[in-house]
Amino acid sequence: MLVLKDIHKVYGKDKKRVEALKGINLEVGKGEIFGVIGFSGAGKSTLIRCVNLLERPTSGQVLINNVDMQKLPPRHLRKERKKIGMIFQQFNLLNAKTVFKNVAMPLIIDGRPKQEIEKKVNELLSFVGLSDKAKQYPEQLSGGQKQRVGIARALATDPHILLCDEATSALDPDTTQSILELLKKVRNELGITILIITHEMNVIRDICDKVAVIDGGVIVEQGSVLDVFSEPKKEITKNFVRTILNDEIPPTIKTFIKTKHQHSDSHYMYRVLFKGASANNPLLSNIAKQFPVDVNVIHGTITELQGIPFGNLIIELQGKPEDIKQALAFIKQQEVIVKEVDIHAT
Amino acid sequence: MPLDWSYFRPELIHAIEQTLLMVGVGLLISLIIGIPLGIVLVVTRENGILQNKFIFSVLSVIVNIFRSIPFIILIVAIIPFTRFIIGTSIGTVAAIVPLVIFTAPYIGRLIENSLLEVDSGVIELAQAMGANPWQIIWRFLLPEALSSIILAVTIATIGLIGASAMAGAVGGGGLGDLAIVYGYQQFQTEVMIITVILLVIFVQLIQSIGNLLAKKIRRK
Ligand SMILES: Nc1ncnc2c1ncn2[C@@H]1O[C@H](COP(=O)(O)OP(=O)(O)O)[C@@H](O)[C@H]1O
Ligand SMILES: [Mg+2]
Repeated sequence: MLVLKDIHKVYGKDKKRVEALKGINLEVGKGEIFGVIGFSGAGKSTLIRCVNLLERPTSGQVLINNVDMQKLPPRHLRKERKKIGMIFQQFNLLNAKTVFKNVAMPLIIDGRPKQEIEKKVNELLSFVGLSDKAKQYPEQLSGGQKQRVGIARALATDPHILLCDEATSALDPDTTQSILELLKKVRNELGITILIITHEMNVIRDICDKVAVIDGGVIVEQGSVLDVFSEPKKEITKNFVRTILNDEIPPTIKTFIKTKHQHSDSHYMYRVLFKGASANNPLLSNIAKQFPVDVNVIHGTITELQGIPFGNLIIELQGKPEDIKQALAFIKQQEVIVKEVDIHAT
Repeated sequence: MPLDWSYFRPELIHAIEQTLLMVGVGLLISLIIGIPLGIVLVVTRENGILQNKFIFSVLSVIVNIFRSIPFIILIVAIIPFTRFIIGTSIGTVAAIVPLVIFTAPYIGRLIENSLLEVDSGVIELAQAMGANPWQIIWRFLLPEALSSIILAVTIATIGLIGASAMAGAVGGGGLGDLAIVYGYQQFQTEVMIITVILLVIFVQLIQSIGNLLAKKIRRK
């Protein structure tokens, strides 16, 4: 659907030279919600603006449904852009126009007949839940309502992909949630592929199928949200995951364990990650029943990732070393990820 | 010397007509030149939607040159040009030429400023929508800047009224001429006062209309 191949983007030259993107490779499948997360200045906006060529990559290829965007002459590029919806952090509504006119703009630009515009705009306003606001002006709307107008407008020309540049970053948590729900609805009911960039991990957790982490113009890690959340590899990714899955052992518990194990060099602490169905298995009680070991849950969180429960436990196994070894082997057969925790290191 | 109203009234009405003619026609032509000028200055500048360094620099320099010449000198300096266009350099119609040359670049700059005030996000939006440059100007830039443009034109009109009074003094007729001929040269203070009051009312009226329109259009 959307493929970015080795995208580089350099701004300015000589002393002012900034290499905002340093060889980005991405592939977004049809109907996917793909999230790109990174800190401010990482190159996220540049990346998403390269997709519809608001920013021309210095080198590399942008392919949308196998069309090489950069090879298109201006007229064809404009035509392709009509099939790419875009929403913005600051909404970019036209202040001098009513909500209806704002949503109608892409259709007017495209020269559609009046009745068609009327019908389409009303459908869109009802889709985003703003039918009663058609005659109002942007100044009369809340932030969330403004973004709904932005979304309705982006959908006007039936795009096959929707680009979201920090679409929820200007909104409060509740409003963010409702906009995320709406974006999910856009994908589920209209089948539109969504590329979303954000610095908020909860956006990734709540609606994305896949995630890429961008840092300093480079994608440092990417994969399914479930995989990246359960086994983040890079430090930056771990930090992002930590912002929403609190898997840090609380300091009080840490000191407690440290004093407890002061005189022994073998302590059997493990981090167990459950995904999906495995979260429903009574794993811990099975261990306790089948092996002569005690299971002590030290810390744990269960989060939902796209309707799939996702658990993160830190357990302590007490018993003879060979029993623990067997118990561990048993755990590893299950659909979980187990890692030893070095309490002195964390 | 008491004012002879029966003689003065037609003179006054004639002067008002001349002023309205100079300001009305002068403004119209200035807008016809100034608005496109402002638009071109915005779209051809660096990072504009139709970036063109040559056109931008040339226009910018021309505008600056005309903007830096005091009006009273401009009137004299372009007499040959005025004569070439109108056939004479004296009279109300002839005065319109320097008025336009004075006002059009001013309007160009004001329109340029109004358009530059439009949030860059609007242009980005328009481009993302697949709008062509023409549509970006007509459907996005101008409507979003309209309220600010109206205020700019109001200011330019008031400047034009002032300039027209000056043009009157050098043969263009109108209220300025009246004030000089009767009020200054013939010591008829009443005439001076009447013309000044008329000019003040005129300016107030224009400013109020401008404010009202701008407010009606502004949605922020
Ligand atoms: N138009 C521009 N001109 C020069 N540098 C830019 C421009 N846009 C972005 N940059 C630089 O590129 C880098 C990435 O910016 P951006 O893509 O906006 O990051 P993000 O959206 O992740 O905050 C930053 O260092 C920024 O200063
Ligand atoms: Mg950004």
